[in-house]
Amino acid sequence: MSDSEGDVIDLLVGVEKGSYLDAIRAHRPEARENAQKSYLALFAPKFPGEMTREERYALAVFVAGLHRDVATLGFYRAGLAKLNGRLGLFDAVDREIARGAAKGPYGHYPEGPLSREDRAGPVHRVSEADHEVLGERLSAALEHAHLLVFRPRDASPAALQALLDAGWSTSGIVTLSQLVAFLSFQIRVVVGLRALAATPSGNV
Amino acid sequence: MSETIIAASNENRPVVFTQDEIGWTPWLEPLGLDELTERHWAGLVDASRAKSPYFMLLARDPEILEARTKTDKDIFYNPAAGLPRAERELSAAATSRDNGCIFCASVHARFATTHSKRREDVQRLLDEGVSVDIDARWNAIIAASVALTATPSCFGAAEVGSLRKVGLDDLAISDAIHGAAFFNWANRLMLSLGEPTPAAKS
Repeated sequence: MSDSEGDVIDLLVGVEKGSYLDAIRAHRPEARENAQKSYLALFAPKFPGEMTREERYALAVFVAGLHRDVATLGFYRAGLAKLNGRLGLFDAVDREIARGAAKGPYGHYPEGPLSREDRAGPVHRVSEADHEVLGERLSAALEHAHLLVFRPRDASPAALQALLDAGWSTSGIVTLSQLVAFLSFQIRVVVGLRALAATPSGNV
Repeated sequence: MSETIIAASNENRPVVFTQDEIGWTPWLEPLGLDELTERHWAGLVDASRAKSPYFMLLARDPEILEARTKTDKDIFYNPAAGLPRAERELSAAATSRDNGCIFCASVHARFATTHSKRREDVQRLLDEGVSVDIDARWNAIIAASVALTATPSCFGAAEVGSLRKVGLDDLAISDAIHGAAFFNWANRLMLSLGEPTPAAKS
């Protein structure tokens, strides 16, 4: 992976050079450039730290799968495939995507007047069989990613403790949180721009 | 290196959406000033952010922090055409209200008020939630932000159509998309790495 692979959002939306949408994106050049730099910082990091490429791509496949965006899912699946990862990893992540299907946002507010807006929903736990394939770190990461994707307001110190217990360091948790949160942005820009491109008005 | 969580001893944690200047405290140890290298300062972008425990925690991975911050600034501060600043902030506030981020909502509701001079309308979004009926234009921006915020996202032709109907051109629609999408990034960090603290008594 390198800069030469091109802008990922353009790729996933299908933005052609010189097109209408290309002109719209060109109005916010820093946002465009730094959305791509964010992707590179997470998936081709100059200083990889403790989070392996396999962990990064497996988590991205899971997050894209939960968002049910076919193009994005395909993109990160291709990235994971290139790594020739552990046997059974793909199947385990796919099973967890299916098991983790939900509709967000839901979750609880701190007790008080907002409690009337609490919305219950599934809490994801990786199956025993998949836990064996994924291992401690990645299983804990998937469970935390499910929380971040669907019920971010349920987040707690205990959820971070679970990551520490599974072998994540404080800095590793920051990277993993950024990765899931960034994908929540990237996928929505893709979905939004794709909808905009499907119905152009012709006047910017 | 501290590899434990910071136990929250936060009395009077804010439990309602507000435009007050509330604070935020981390659940994980931020970097100390003495730990910052050139790489970390680059990640912080503005040296003044070294005063913020939130940015000092995110500085543990400086490259993604730097790119995140520059993305944020262009989406919200680039003055060239597109959606007026007040309504970019409205998309951020509506997204934060829907995800349930009391801290992010407070900051961006205040910014929406500053730029629109419509404090009461902004407060109604916070009090009544995202189904509030304000006016056609704000309703459309709030509804589009909420549709995009859903997981899986359900933003589509209907939202594009209703934004056009209330007068947004396509660059403005792109700004609304980016404002809401970016707060799906920011809310998840702010909600999961710490919690809001009460406003300082004035």
